[in-house]
Amino acid sequence: MATQGIEQPHIQQPPGRKPSGSRRKPTDASLLTPFVFLAPYLLLFIVFIVIPAVFGIWISLHVWDPLLIAKPWVGLQNYTDLFSSNSTTAGPFWNSMEATGKFTLYSVPLLVVIPLVVALILNQQIRGIQFFRAMYFAPYVLGVAVIGVLWRFLLDPNVGLVNYYLGVLGLEKVPWITALPWAWVSLVGATVWWTLGFNAVIYLAGLQDIDPELYNAAKVDGANRWQRFVNVTLPGLRPVLLFVVTVTILASANMFGQSYIITKGAPGEETTTAIMYIAETGLQQFNMGAAAAMSYVLALALLIVSVVNFAVFRNRGD
Amino acid sequence: MKGFRATGRRLTRQDFLLLSAGAGAGLALAGCGGGSTAVQSTGDGGKTYKGPKVDVAFWNGFTGGDGPYMGELVKEFSSQNKKINVSMNTVEWAVYYQKVPSAVSTGEGPDVGIMHADQLGTNAARGVVIPLDDVASALGLKESDFAPTVWNAGLYNNQRFGIPLDMHPLGFYYNKSLMEKAGLDPNNPPQTRDDYEAALEEMKGAGIQGHWVSPLLFTGGLSWMSVLWQMGGDLYNDDASKATFNSDAGVQALEWMVSLVKKGYSPKDVGEDAEFVAFQNGDNAFMWNGIWNINPLKEVKGLEWDVAPLPQIGTEKAAWAGTHQFVIMNKQPLDENKVQASKVFINWISEKSIEWAKAGQIPARATVRESQEFKSLEEQATLAKQVPYVHFVPPVPGIAEVGLTTFERAVNEAVLLKTEPKAALDAAASRADQLLEENRQKYQA
Repeated sequence: MATQGIEQPHIQQPPGRKPSGSRRKPTDASLLTPFVFLAPYLLLFIVFIVIPAVFGIWISLHVWDPLLIAKPWVGLQNYTDLFSSNSTTAGPFWNSMEATGKFTLYSVPLLVVIPLVVALILNQQIRGIQFFRAMYFAPYVLGVAVIGVLWRFLLDPNVGLVNYYLGVLGLEKVPWITALPWAWVSLVGATVWWTLGFNAVIYLAGLQDIDPELYNAAKVDGANRWQRFVNVTLPGLRPVLLFVVTVTILASANMFGQSYIITKGAPGEETTTAIMYIAETGLQQFNMGAAAAMSYVLALALLIVSVVNFAVFRNRGD
Repeated sequence: MKGFRATGRRLTRQDFLLLSAGAGAGLALAGCGGGSTAVQSTGDGGKTYKGPKVDVAFWNGFTGGDGPYMGELVKEFSSQNKKINVSMNTVEWAVYYQKVPSAVSTGEGPDVGIMHADQLGTNAARGVVIPLDDVASALGLKESDFAPTVWNAGLYNNQRFGIPLDMHPLGFYYNKSLMEKAGLDPNNPPQTRDDYEAALEEMKGAGIQGHWVSPLLFTGGLSWMSVLWQMGGDLYNDDASKATFNSDAGVQALEWMVSLVKKGYSPKDVGEDAEFVAFQNGDNAFMWNGIWNINPLKEVKGLEWDVAPLPQIGTEKAAWAGTHQFVIMNKQPLDENKVQASKVFINWISEKSIEWAKAGQIPARATVRESQEFKSLEEQATLAKQVPYVHFVPPVPGIAEVGLTTFERAVNEAVLLKTEPKAALDAAASRADQLLEENRQKYQA
């Protein structure tokens, strides 16, 4: 497929017809067609996304515990509380937002670059390459509970395997999961190990989509490996890159399980992420009004990040 | 492959919209369910069951070594009571306390269950469980049949919601071989502060870190609460409207734990369950841990250990304990037959609690606790000496979650040497005061 030309074949206009002006008016049926195709998804989207999202706004305007009859209306107080220094939610919430931001900042570059390198390697024609492709993807099929418990035991500062081997090598114990910055190193490391296969597979698909003739042409022009990478591979991957960056940012910003299991949000609440604190507020304290308000603030923050992300990628080279 | 690029781009936008909208939506989904109505039940409160054959769903969180013991009891009950078929479902406690309220409020989920004292008030106030005063009176259960603390732990707003099954206090586990290695008498575990610290110093001299201090609720938080009570303090004031855990007693208790780390009796940066793993491996000599660890430790081959009541670090004796209480769920519309069958079940298990004690628990019923059979369970009986002075977290609505974001984090920061004990506890206490006030408003409204 990749050997086909870049140009899409044009749809032939029937002879003797002017391309414009004489087009048939679309019938009612054809107007409906796209909606019929969209209907199944639209239905799910409305039932599971739109209605809950709107209902969530309603909840966020109350002190809301589903099991209590009294759900007093508080207006915007759940939101203003998040910006008031003497409320119970502001401190922990912004701490958790900061933790989420840090995790995103540390993990996204690694999750964008390392899988790309892996994909470039896996794109070679080597015997048994399928085995290596499967191997890099393998951790991704494990659930977060599995990888969480696994790494928690491996990284335990006193009884973990990693520190045991460091000790054998005569190195100091490292407080992998109980102190900063090590807790971040552990969380980011475990996440990269766990999910890099997913991004690598997407890159791989993108790489195989790049026309080999472009590489041949570049070679003829005397481009070396690096120049071919910068001028052929990267531009060819741009749409894929946008997808990977966006999805990775959102996945990192929604990080919950790793902190919950590996570090328990500790030390203190340094690695308590936003989703973790929102879940704690909504599902453990049953303070769903405040939790819903926090969710909307988080959603707004992610919206802004994503818009910036799109703007950056669009401005480059288009 | 051409198609992939196109969908790749489109998917991106959809996903991004989806995810950002979805962030708020997930929580909203839980916003269903109605109010609760008070229940007046008929029947004889659980002495007998005369109705038709009935299925009773029993949920609990006994995911550890205790689960099979309860499973056996349930089987035995069902074989003796042909008309009542009890099916048991076990989910992790944290999940249990999230699932049960929403299941019950929609008329699904269990008919009968188990709750801890610190969750009982919350669930009573939220209408998840029904009052059981009639069970207590019909069965002739009185405070004198139980230890007063565990009996009162089943009360909320002067109504009984829980029938006590057991108590599970913190106990003092010690490794006999390590004590011997350090030149200590393995049959004479230290019971006073001076002896305890002297023993730790001896062990340090022998290259043993004697008491691993955990920064997490299990077991660091529980140890801190025990010492706090030993120092004469309390977590909250009498009506649980103000936090008092940053009193001198609380600060001294936390300082004592931090001193164990600073003096090198404990390694720094103890991870979750590491104190237990180290004890199992024969690296940790003294461990303050729950009575529920008796059976798991018995399975460790070659480990020479025993238990004793917690050493007295403060001015009085005290130990943290939890209690499992039977509850009946408020599943509307309430099925009288199921409720009646559940009461019979609760009464039956309660009388059989000696079997349950074998799982590593202290029976709540005094008669069972004083039986010869219980006294022959050596470790359990030793830790039962603490019964007169065990403390529970008060059964006030929302209380468990107050601890979660306040003193649990203070203990964590202090034990990890990030924050001074007093500063950590003061900050936690002022936050706790606010949360207690919010809870008071929420549950009184």
